[in-house]
Amino acid sequence: MLLIHCPYCKEKLPELEFEYAGQAHIARPDNPAEQTDAEWRDYLFIRSNVRGDHAEQWRHSHGCGRYFNALRNTVSDKFIATYEIGQACPTSHAEGEENNEQLES
Amino acid sequence: MNNWRVDGKGRINRDKRVRFTFDGVSYQGYEGDTVASALLANGVHLMGRSFKYHRPRGPVTAGSEEPNALIGTSRSGTGRFEPNTRATVQELYEGLTTVSQNKWPSLKFDVGAVNDKLHKLFAAGFYYKTFMWPKSFWDKVYEPVIRASAGLGVSPTEPDADTYASRYLHTELLIVGAGPAGLAAALTAARNGTEVVLVDENRELGGSLLSEAPSAIDGNNTESWLAEVITELEARDNVRVMTRATAIGYYHENMVGVAEKLTDHMAHPPANAPRERMWRIRAQEVILAQGALERPLVFDGNDRPGVMMAGATQTYLNRYGVKVGNAAVVVTSHDSAWYAAFDLADAGVKIPAIVDVRATVNEYLQSEAQKRGITAKVGHSVTSVSGTKRVSGVKIGRISGDQQVADISSIPCDAVLMSGGWTPSLHLFSHTKGSLHWDEENEVFLPGERTERCHIAGGGRGLWSQQAAFDDGVHAAQQALTSLGQSAQALSVDVDGDRAGSGVVMEELPSNNDKLARRAFVDFQNDVTAKDIRLAVREGMLSIEHVKRFTTNGMATDQGKMSNMNGLKIAADELGRPTPKVGLTTFRPPYTPTTFGTFAGYHKDELFEVTRKTNIDSWAEENGAVFEPVSLWRRAWYYPKAGEDMHAAVARECRETRASVGMFDASTLGKIEVVGPDAAEFMNRMYTNPWTKLAAGRCRYGLLLGEDGFIRDDGVIGRISEDRFHVTTTTGGAARVLTMMEHFLQTEWPDLDVWLTSTTEQWSTIALNGPNARKVLEPFVKGADLSAEAFPHMALRECSVGSFEARLFRVSFTGELGFEVNVPSEHGRALWEILYQEGKKYDMCVYGTETMHVLRAEKGFIIVGQDTDGTVTPADAGLTWAIGKKKPDFVGKRSLTRPDMLLPNRKQLVGLLTEDPSVVLEEGAQIVETGDTAIPAKMLGHVTSSYWSEALGRSIAMALIEGGFERNSTSIDVPMPGQTHRATISGTVFYDPDGDRIKM
Repeated sequence: MLLIHCPYCKEKLPELEFEYAGQAHIARPDNPAEQTDAEWRDYLFIRSNVRGDHAEQWRHSHGCGRYFNALRNTVSDKFIATYEIGQACPTSHAEGEENNEQLES
Repeated sequence: MNNWRVDGKGRINRDKRVRFTFDGVSYQGYEGDTVASALLANGVHLMGRSFKYHRPRGPVTAGSEEPNALIGTSRSGTGRFEPNTRATVQELYEGLTTVSQNKWPSLKFDVGAVNDKLHKLFAAGFYYKTFMWPKSFWDKVYEPVIRASAGLGVSPTEPDADTYASRYLHTELLIVGAGPAGLAAALTAARNGTEVVLVDENRELGGSLLSEAPSAIDGNNTESWLAEVITELEARDNVRVMTRATAIGYYHENMVGVAEKLTDHMAHPPANAPRERMWRIRAQEVILAQGALERPLVFDGNDRPGVMMAGATQTYLNRYGVKVGNAAVVVTSHDSAWYAAFDLADAGVKIPAIVDVRATVNEYLQSEAQKRGITAKVGHSVTSVSGTKRVSGVKIGRISGDQQVADISSIPCDAVLMSGGWTPSLHLFSHTKGSLHWDEENEVFLPGERTERCHIAGGGRGLWSQQAAFDDGVHAAQQALTSLGQSAQALSVDVDGDRAGSGVVMEELPSNNDKLARRAFVDFQNDVTAKDIRLAVREGMLSIEHVKRFTTNGMATDQGKMSNMNGLKIAADELGRPTPKVGLTTFRPPYTPTTFGTFAGYHKDELFEVTRKTNIDSWAEENGAVFEPVSLWRRAWYYPKAGEDMHAAVARECRETRASVGMFDASTLGKIEVVGPDAAEFMNRMYTNPWTKLAAGRCRYGLLLGEDGFIRDDGVIGRISEDRFHVTTTTGGAARVLTMMEHFLQTEWPDLDVWLTSTTEQWSTIALNGPNARKVLEPFVKGADLSAEAFPHMALRECSVGSFEARLFRVSFTGELGFEVNVPSEHGRALWEILYQEGKKYDMCVYGTETMHVLRAEKGFIIVGQDTDGTVTPADAGLTWAIGKKKPDFVGKRSLTRPDMLLPNRKQLVGLLTEDPSVVLEEGAQIVETGDTAIPAKMLGHVTSSYWSEALGRSIAMALIEGGFERNSTSIDVPMPGQTHRATISGTVFYDPDGDRIKM
């Protein structure tokens, strides 16, 4: 079971207290009415499938209840950093590749 | 009895005899025996039959890796039968009942053994190839036959009568395995004051020291050295020692799951004692000292009862005082089996020959053999084994070339000791995705890159001698302590008579016999032979993962502990590729078979899932309600009177509510308090409806979409004051809606000054519906005028009802004059009883969720999740009136104009009236064009809600149908079991279409 550092509680706590809440840094467009169908589709459905470091939202649902951002490596399943909503994504150690390939055997 | 015991050997308690039965026959063993050691002491090797060929099998190991000796165990009382228990692990206790498996009619004469004669038919991939055609045989012939003959053991038929515990534990250092390496590490850390947890799957600490004691440790004999060490460790406050505790899985961030057996060794477990306990141990540092597992050799007949791992026979001798035979031939590719031979010879077992496949063996071993009068056959191979239910002899020959053997001779024997060398036990390390690297010289995988704070010590790093293991344990402890920021005094343990050794790794042993005719087993339990693995490769399985699945090699309950390396060597040989290039299959938890009970722990029966109950629930129970689960809540479904079935009770409740008044417990509705200066703006953004102009004291039906434009939830929302909304949600949707609100508020609109609070459990909600609802309620209301003029439909007041502070809504989910009274939840039942008394004047009924469903369907009110399925837009559900047309934006608005959302043939929610008014359609039934009897017919949609309407005297239904609005007044067919019903599409409001009744 992972231990996750909540940037608000400033404590490393068991994964059971948290839930995943999707890819991070996808801002809702300011004026959805002006979005083309393609732009709106991308906002709704198009997500990266990174093999490597992935920025995502988590919620400390059984703790402070707050959403935060996390940088997690999808191969090792290790958290590299967690940071508050609104903060920029810290530079990752390794650039994740955007692809859907299976792990090499 | 017990004539296979060796005097003066073993750690069993010879003062304490223990009786047990195996297949109905009574046997005796001693305290400290396992079932396997006690049966062997009685001369019983035949303990089971194999999975596929039903070949007779005996134990091949003495530990938890045992693939063959699987038995059913039971103790008195029902619910305590367990299949597939390893006889080599199950400790003996007085009265233990055991049975063999996979046999009929008996273990010694088994009809299924005919499979063995037909083995050429049952080669790898047999199932995939044979049971293909004809198609009609799939479910009628193949499946039943395969089901009946397959399977390992028999599932228990009774619920498990035992209880299981679970605990968390945090420690600085966890050490897995208490052999030489683990003990040295534990002593080092313990003496330094480090917090240590030491776990071992065995009954006693010591590991290999129990099976093969060196002549002295630190000048002391091994037994007293070990006793002193155990006493020291157990006496220390900073050390926790756990035996019968198997580390089954290594999870993220140094969490190790440990399954501890508590009562399976006891004749009389204490009352209420849990059978097993699952520990979740979070350690700052972990030392894995799990040693190594001995590999079988692959030769024709290597599965016959009496053919055993050489190391296991040493364990049976030295730990249990049992000799596995009178004349044991040894066949090996590793030095260690020579020592096993010496131990057995010294205990009086005749060793007719040591057959070593290597071309040379060191002189010390040869001279030791000579001293004992043992013939050493170096550069020889075993070509076959005779005997079926017990080995009776072997054929051996000189290896004369590649796969060639000469000078074949027969040697009679009643046991064969085999050793193909040792495989480091890296299962737990592999759980962490730690990498393995191939040690070319010793042909083993060793631990490589680590992903967790763990250290491997001893046999796991390919170190074979006990001295090396002790030294390595000390070293691992020093590394762990350094990591912890502590320093450690080095400890030294000196072993006298240490037995170092080495060996080579083999594929099948050389033999002149046809490779394809040999019955040389790789995976004993799954009956996978070397031939099967070669066949799999020839049929195109190039990856070891495919070979595994095609042959089932390594898929038995030992999870490849016996078979993985041999299978890999043979596959690599057939592929003509180096072993490390072929790679290993993945090890996954659990390390050994673990009971479901241990995983479930306390989460069973009433603790499996909470049952949420309202404050009024106890009244419903006392008054004969029938309940139904709604998400985690249990809700009163209907209230039958004497002699009423569900249909009669619901019809009466509907009738009485519409005729006079009915009362309903609506407390489970989700409630969210939305508060703050920006509350109205927040509501505007979340819900489709406009909220700015909704006055305090009024309420409105609210519709919530996902950003994709599909309906997520709905409910009546009241504005308590300018900055305060009382939001209700569906019963099942409350948590989901609050989460969605929080997500938008925190991540998209942190600038909004709004607070969200779940208030579902703060309020008890009582709904009164019917023409007399006002009369029942009015006498108890203070601070509000309930007249139609002062308190119109969709109004709300904060007032007092029955002397309780209340939020009173005039709303209706039935189409009748309706009120919903919210009082602090603890007063729910009190108010309910007050209103119930008053209601008697008006023949008021109480009704449950079924009547609520019927009454709302008669009015065409939807239930989100029943009449919608996550693909329904407001337009599809006929709810465009709930959309605030002037609002620039709300969640999901932009999606409503995506091209697909505007197609005319979307599935739309309509009413259905069957031609035969007495027919109530099945909810979920598919809808097709009239007269469409093609198979398969084109599905137009499905029935979402369907009831008998007492008010209309006929059935009604709602359905989602492609282009349903366009099809109004036309007919469709609903095929149901037995008959196809025709129905006409209608609007969804079946009752009081003008809505006059709510205006009263």
